[in-house]
Amino acid sequence: MYSLPIVLEATLNGLLTGAIYALVALGLTLVYGVLHIINFAHGAFLTAAMFAVWMAVTFLGVDPYVAIPFLTIVFFAIGYGAQRFVIGPASHGDDGNILLVTLGLSIVIENILLAVFRADTRTITTDYAFEVVEIGPLLISQARLYGFLAAVVVSGLLWGLLTRTDTGKAIRAVAKEKLGASLVGIDVRHIYAVTFGLGCATLAVAACLLMPIFYVNPRVGQAFVLVAFTIVVLGGMGSIPGALAGGLFIGVVESLTGLFFGDSLGQIGIFIIFILVLLLRPSGLFGARA
Amino acid sequence: MMRTYLPILAIVGLIAAIPFAVTSNTALNFVVFVLIIALGAQGWNLLGGVGGQFSFGHAAFFGTGAYVSAILQVRYGLNAWIAMAAGILLGAAVAWGIGFLSFRAGLRGSYFALVTLAFAEVLRILANAVPITGGAAGLLLKLDIGVLNLQFASRAAFLWLALGCVAAGLVLCRWIMDSRFGAQLVAVRENEDAARALGVDVLAVKLKAITVSGALTAAAGCLYLQYFLYLDANIAYGVWISIEVLLAAMVGGRGLVLGPLVGAFTLHGLGDLTKQFAGGIPGIDLAAYGTVLILVVAFAPGGVLGLLTRLWTRRAAAQPAGGRA
Amino acid sequence: MLDVQDITMRFGGLVAVSGASLSVPKGAIVGLIGPNGAGKTTLFTIIAGFQAPSAGRVAFGGQDITGKPAHIRARLGIARTFQIVQPFAGLNVRENIAVGAYLRHARRADAHARAEEVARRVGLGVDLDKPAASLTVAGRKRLELARALATEPLLLLLDEVLAGLNPSEIRDIIPVIQAIRDDGVTILMIEHVMQAVMNLCSHVHVLARGRMIAQGAPRDVCADPAVIEAYLGKGAAGRIEAGEASDA
Repeated sequence: MYSLPIVLEATLNGLLTGAIYALVALGLTLVYGVLHIINFAHGAFLTAAMFAVWMAVTFLGVDPYVAIPFLTIVFFAIGYGAQRFVIGPASHGDDGNILLVTLGLSIVIENILLAVFRADTRTITTDYAFEVVEIGPLLISQARLYGFLAAVVVSGLLWGLLTRTDTGKAIRAVAKEKLGASLVGIDVRHIYAVTFGLGCATLAVAACLLMPIFYVNPRVGQAFVLVAFTIVVLGGMGSIPGALAGGLFIGVVESLTGLFFGDSLGQIGIFIIFILVLLLRPSGLFGARA
Repeated sequence: MMRTYLPILAIVGLIAAIPFAVTSNTALNFVVFVLIIALGAQGWNLLGGVGGQFSFGHAAFFGTGAYVSAILQVRYGLNAWIAMAAGILLGAAVAWGIGFLSFRAGLRGSYFALVTLAFAEVLRILANAVPITGGAAGLLLKLDIGVLNLQFASRAAFLWLALGCVAAGLVLCRWIMDSRFGAQLVAVRENEDAARALGVDVLAVKLKAITVSGALTAAAGCLYLQYFLYLDANIAYGVWISIEVLLAAMVGGRGLVLGPLVGAFTLHGLGDLTKQFAGGIPGIDLAAYGTVLILVVAFAPGGVLGLLTRLWTRRAAAQPAGGRA
Repeated sequence: MLDVQDITMRFGGLVAVSGASLSVPKGAIVGLIGPNGAGKTTLFTIIAGFQAPSAGRVAFGGQDITGKPAHIRARLGIARTFQIVQPFAGLNVRENIAVGAYLRHARRADAHARAEEVARRVGLGVDLDKPAASLTVAGRKRLELARALATEPLLLLLDEVLAGLNPSEIRDIIPVIQAIRDDGVTILMIEHVMQAVMNLCSHVHVLARGRMIAQGAPRDVCADPAVIEAYLGKGAAGRIEAGEASDA
């Protein structure tokens, strides 16, 4: 049906996109693993970060990759504040409420973005957008390759942060046993907010990597968040290696179903996987429940 | 026994009188749209508010009702009333199916919310792609005014039709709340294990709830079709309607029979006000909705109705005390 | 009435209950005692149908019910209370009990009438309109009991209904349990309060580390060296005997 190089290229492209998906999913799974909540506003935060990148590039002339450290800090602060001052206090510790509050937050963020930027789809132009790298017979977009490498590096950094630093240890302690952690003097609310901030910071990185190869409009996060949920569920809720593996897998699935069935039905494959995993193996294919 | 139905009678009577007081088309359009949302929200409320199973994908039922009704009329020339009945039935069937799969798999809380969302999205993508739904071009219902076609020249007539459906929904929900099924559904929301220990068949109760819920929201979809005479995948299965019905039920007062109706009017009243103040800025009304949802969860878990009841009882409690002093 | 045969329950590598058997004759109050972590509550959840055992069978009134889910067992006439009380927090006392009463009464008026009757029987008559969340510990225990009773059970499984109560509250509730038995309800109870076990139970089974180590009349069982050692450690029975001998 298709020649081997085309399928290979689609697979490789899928892997590269999948790495960025994984990055988006990483923040979601981290928040789930620690706070045991599904952050429904994750997609809206991603959209906001993508608009931030767009503004930085368009108005300040900053390269999207150069913007990474600044936006990471800004979005860490935004995430910290959102959890500490909105989600935490408003939900009174009830899971159902958290779901509703983050849903409300996503509606607010998305529509403020819509009010400010209108529904237009925007892109940025970079010198390297159309540059390619040749690997044997395959042509790989440079921007996608950067995205892949950066996603791997960020995951490694996050892993290091969680396993090697005191904050990371506190985060893992809270994830395992909230009450015990608070008894040994860990400020659980602070750690929750830090975790949420980290989740948003990974989104800022993802946004910087996405913008050279993608577009932004106020609804763009919705598409990503459903993919991210799928990855998180697939990889096992709360599992970081699971999110990575899940992201790569979904990237490939999307790329190949798109190749064989066309783009409009390509997404359906993801949702069907999502539903099947939820129904049959809610603990995920790769990881155990965190 | 009749006394529990009095508030329903009062509020329905009040709305029924609106066309006599107001004749502006904009105002009547507003009321009809709010009634359609309210009916869909009653469906959400039964499952989410009373039963505690938060669905993020009620679009699946709304869209199925609307599409089935539209396809039967456009493609098979069926009578609109019969098509609507079929739409409601299939909406209920889809709800049962989704419920059967997810509840049997033991999905609760966020997992249930996510899986319903995914089901709705699958249906949206399918409806956008297959020929019978008209694909991305959508389906247009032929304008042919007549009671038999469920199309009315006067907006007031359609308002009464929609209100009739809302009233039937309210009576049904009131009746359920006062029945064994209602008590068991609330018990399932509060504590599944305790409910099982008392002989409640949790799965059966949840399935019954989602089926009735789906039927009500599907009915709203059918009404939407009859009023606007046009449908596409993003209207019928779009995330917007899942959010609309959830918001109306939550803001009005989750688990309360009149909650969805009060919530739909409150939200859209508020939305129109914000739009008037903010001019034509898109999204500003929805941003207000989101804010209200967060505020309700944070400060008024009983919604607008709960808040009113609390104020009322506080005043009632304060008055005799003041009298004695 | 209830026959539990060779129940074994494994969680992964952990054996919580191992080959435990017991039987409860109709009209009796039978106690199930044992040190903490012995597997009593696990055995209860298996009898009530909340967990399927790894091996063994449960028969009720001569019928094998091992594979039956919890709500079916409730319909057959087995009601349980929870060690950690599980009220429907958002409902008031009447509504809480009515959920149980609805099992045998389809109409609201009947279920509510039944609920009120049961509430009075366990001493919650004045609290009917209170939110369940506002009850004291003793009140919640009574509510737990009332809800179970409202299902009109043949067999009542009580999981530490006296735990957390003060001595006067315990004194108040013992006659309530006796009255329930006198109305023809068979009772199997897990209990740590030995005073209550001695007063109420005609027969006692002792579970330790997942195994049945003794059974018989409460007084005999308490004197059983194996039971004393299970509670107090190895050699305890000997020391107590020696102590009593030197006292004499």
